[in-house]
Amino acid sequence: MKKQIWGFAATVALAAMAAVPASAHRQWMLPSSTVLSGDDVWVTVDAAVSNDLFYFEHQPLRLDAVHAWAPDGSEVAIENKATGRYRSTFDVHLTQKGTYRIASVADMLMGSYELNGKTERLPRGTTAANLAERLPAGATNVQTAEANNRNEIFVTVGEPTTTLFKPTGKGIEMVPVTHPNDLFAGEAATFQFLLDGKPAADLPVTVIPGGIRYRDQLGQIDLKTDAEGKVAVTWPEPGMYWMNVTTPQTARGEGGEGGPPPASAAPQRRAGYVTTLEVMAP
Amino acid sequence: MQSPSRTLLIGGSLSAVLTAPVLAAAPATMDVTITIPRLKVAEYHRPYVAIWVEKAGAPAKTVAVWYDYDMKKNEGTKWLRDVRQWWRASGRTMTFPANGITGATRAPGAQKISFSRAQLGATAPGNYVLVIEAAREVGGRELLRIPFTWPAKAGPGGRAAGKSELGAVTVAFR
Repeated sequence: MKKQIWGFAATVALAAMAAVPASAHRQWMLPSSTVLSGDDVWVTVDAAVSNDLFYFEHQPLRLDAVHAWAPDGSEVAIENKATGRYRSTFDVHLTQKGTYRIASVADMLMGSYELNGKTERLPRGTTAANLAERLPAGATNVQTAEANNRNEIFVTVGEPTTTLFKPTGKGIEMVPVTHPNDLFAGEAATFQFLLDGKPAADLPVTVIPGGIRYRDQLGQIDLKTDAEGKVAVTWPEPGMYWMNVTTPQTARGEGGEGGPPPASAAPQRRAGYVTTLEVMAP
Repeated sequence: MQSPSRTLLIGGSLSAVLTAPVLAAAPATMDVTITIPRLKVAEYHRPYVAIWVEKAGAPAKTVAVWYDYDMKKNEGTKWLRDVRQWWRASGRTMTFPANGITGATRAPGAQKISFSRAQLGATAPGNYVLVIEAAREVGGRELLRIPFTWPAKAGPGGRAAGKSELGAVTVAFR
């Protein structure tokens, strides 16, 4: 009897552990403002990985891959970078009128190879560019799948512009139907999501309002993109919202749900998208 | 069935002509009186106030914005976005200072400002709404709406009263 209970507990614990990376530790960037006026404007951004939104309590977001683009498409400097124990912070000087994009994009390769009869996983940080040098000599049966993660925010000085929304065709990207810096409580906003440049149906979309620490209910809104990759969100309250879009996660592993997939399993194509949206009071 | 109402109509327009000898001089000007409340607060700044005109199917037309227009390097424009409904409706498409629109912030009390029909963008007959929005540094925000029609009748043409950042706002035509 006791043994059975322990077995059950172990299964639950394993399932919980496997679920953690997918469901918790949310990555985010939080701008000081998203709607700005004036001629000499700065925005400062907090960036972290945490459970609660938007509190820094776990890890800072590394700034190595963070870049910013002005409305005319030129890249602008990430200034006053600092990474602390729980969060990173940086500034962007907004000298043009229109919508800026600030993004951290990671394009990686996941997968496995065989060496001396053993299946090994590709090390973290493998990309299409460095795959050849990372593979040990004699590796065979190399299986890879792309994993693209995009974490981006938008800030607008003056009138919102859409010059920066030309898709790159990699991973999940947002095409605004409603501009992400023109959101108001009580109104519905529509966004289109592309996967590798094409409208992506049935992508799960998660929307969570900030301020989790001071309420009992998470208030999570679960949606799915329609046949055109579009999703409509009606904002219940003004405030900062975290929005996450991922490729659907199929049941993992051959040994039943929850267990990690065996190294020999074909790697799954994965893509994730995160943004922080400010919803204004009407 | 139709004749009595027709008679009434004719009678109505006749009496209008008789009692309004200055018909040719239909109102061409809107006078707006905006009361900025005197507030007992430790740190007081005069509010930013935006006044604009809305008409169904037309873009909003800003007619006045009172803000800190004389700060060095145009720094007073940094807080224009806090007049947030106006910023969305019209302000964000404008450049500042805006000729004939930019004005200094005003002190507590009754503040008068007048607009011609052309300034209001009300050349076409129809229904309009005058919107007044005030936002104060380290304070709150309030918005009032006063519907009006053009052609307008001379005399009082509408009023609204705020509760926090705006006092009474009245409109009259002459």
